[in-house]
Amino acid sequence: MSLDMLYQEIILDHYKNPHHRGLREPYDAQVLHVNPACGDEITLRVHLDRDTVADVSYDAIGCSISQASVSVLGDLVIGKDLDEAMALQEEFLTLMQGQGKVQPDEDRLEDAVAFAGVARFPGRIKCALLGWMAWKDATVQAVARRAATASAAMEEES
Amino acid sequence: MSAGSRATYDVVRVRKDFPILSRRLAGGDQLVYLDSANTSQKPQSVIDAVSEHYQVHNANVARAMHQLGTESSQAFEEARDKVAAFIGAPSRDEVVFTRNATEALNLVANVLGLAQGDLGVRAGDQVVITAMEHHSNIVPWQLLCQRTGATLRWFDFDDDGRLDLSELDELVTERTKVVSLTWISNMLGTVNPVSQIARRAHEVGALVVVDASQAVPQMPVDVATLGADFVAFTGHKMVGPTGIGVLWGRRELLAQLPPFLGGGEMIETVTLERSTYAPPPARFEAGTPPIAQAVGLGAAIDYLSELGMAAVAAHEREVTAYALARMREVSGLRVLGPTEAVDRGGAVSFELAGIHPHDVAQVLDSRGVAVRAGHHCAKPAHTRLGVQSSTRASFYLYTQPEEVDALIDGLDYTKRYFGGS
Repeated sequence: MSLDMLYQEIILDHYKNPHHRGLREPYDAQVLHVNPACGDEITLRVHLDRDTVADVSYDAIGCSISQASVSVLGDLVIGKDLDEAMALQEEFLTLMQGQGKVQPDEDRLEDAVAFAGVARFPGRIKCALLGWMAWKDATVQAVARRAATASAAMEEES
Repeated sequence: MSAGSRATYDVVRVRKDFPILSRRLAGGDQLVYLDSANTSQKPQSVIDAVSEHYQVHNANVARAMHQLGTESSQAFEEARDKVAAFIGAPSRDEVVFTRNATEALNLVANVLGLAQGDLGVRAGDQVVITAMEHHSNIVPWQLLCQRTGATLRWFDFDDDGRLDLSELDELVTERTKVVSLTWISNMLGTVNPVSQIARRAHEVGALVVVDASQAVPQMPVDVATLGADFVAFTGHKMVGPTGIGVLWGRRELLAQLPPFLGGGEMIETVTLERSTYAPPPARFEAGTPPIAQAVGLGAAIDYLSELGMAAVAAHEREVTAYALARMREVSGLRVLGPTEAVDRGGAVSFELAGIHPHDVAQVLDSRGVAVRAGHHCAKPAHTRLGVQSSTRASFYLYTQPEEVDALIDGLDYTKRYFGGS
């Protein structure tokens, strides 16, 4: 299988110049995810503003695929409506688990379509998903935390 | 090892025994297999032995009274004899078959936790390992310490990957119950001075467990003079099948230790209330063992013995020295572990500046060069050297210098591929 199928130009660009890198304030949830197979790590923060993904920031060590993937994730979900962002995460997950048979929607996934080739390298799918799974985990925690805070506030008012 | 006999080691002829080495990969590339510390390839004689066992002799061992059962039992026990002779075990009853080295190490750690009397590990005792262990020689001892209240301590190593023995007398004391260490590091390639550490351990009455997973495949081993009390290794790294490992233990110790797993064949007699247990090694071999795999391991030992382990070790040293020399030519490459082929095994882990090991391995794979990337189940050793992961090339009795050249060419190509990053 051709190396260039995996290492698309877009992926190498994001790897060399990652977007949204560095941990930022404010944030609603922070998670640490690791790939136990290789030890790659990502600490990722999510900040929500009502139903919008206001910020995704991260600190990560890992290969080109995992680094580029989280960079692309940030581009895609920051500023998006929460439900829409979650839907994009699902689409990316489907693409990665599709064994190369899923046709990605470029209008929706934008730069993330470059990862379509990764799905044909089973050893690298986890790399591509590391940041995305961390983001989903952090977002679910952020939403849960917000719901808990809201219900506590309501109880105080009543 | 004389220079004369070394010259007779014919790697080209050896390679003909390993059918997989002549296969072509997806892109039509010739396989360059540099991942033997992970698992070794198998010669035709081992493949045939496993296959013939299933074709002709297959039956359960020690239970079946029919002819096949007798043949199967004989073949299985012959494998035990071969292992015993190969490692210099004073008695065949000291050879316990397990699934792999991991199970062998877990077996020791568990039964030492369960043992009554002097051998048992208890609260207040100490267990000493090293910072360069494979996870399989760390986690079982952590579990033991958590269960018993014993304390885990470890030897550090220096930037060249050598154990810091200046702490020997402070680390291994009257409170030490077990010292467990690797003979040859799977990540750094370091050959550790087992006998020296064992001497100190025995002075203070501690038991010595040796993870010989990388040692038994690469060099002549004589457990009788090593100084260890238990030695663990695995078949698949020594041209044998997967699913078969060995725990060697001194007879008088095995005889005092309680069972690990309970089940068939490890008993003497069973009532619904209680059981009494068979003597070693059966005591530690509950259930149907890996029979065909043991037979395959026997064939692997025949193969290695025919080559001669001194010749295998000499070849390993030569290829490793060549690889280390060639790696020095690659700018941005840093070897993790001893940089000279002295007291060193044939696994070389390295970093390539600015390029993640996953990416290195991926580019090498696209050229047919198979290496390992990651932490090689030795995360603490990586942490000690301040790296998150590494790429590892490991050599074996069938590795040729041309394959080292293919690796070096591949690394140059990798740097160009990711150039400018």
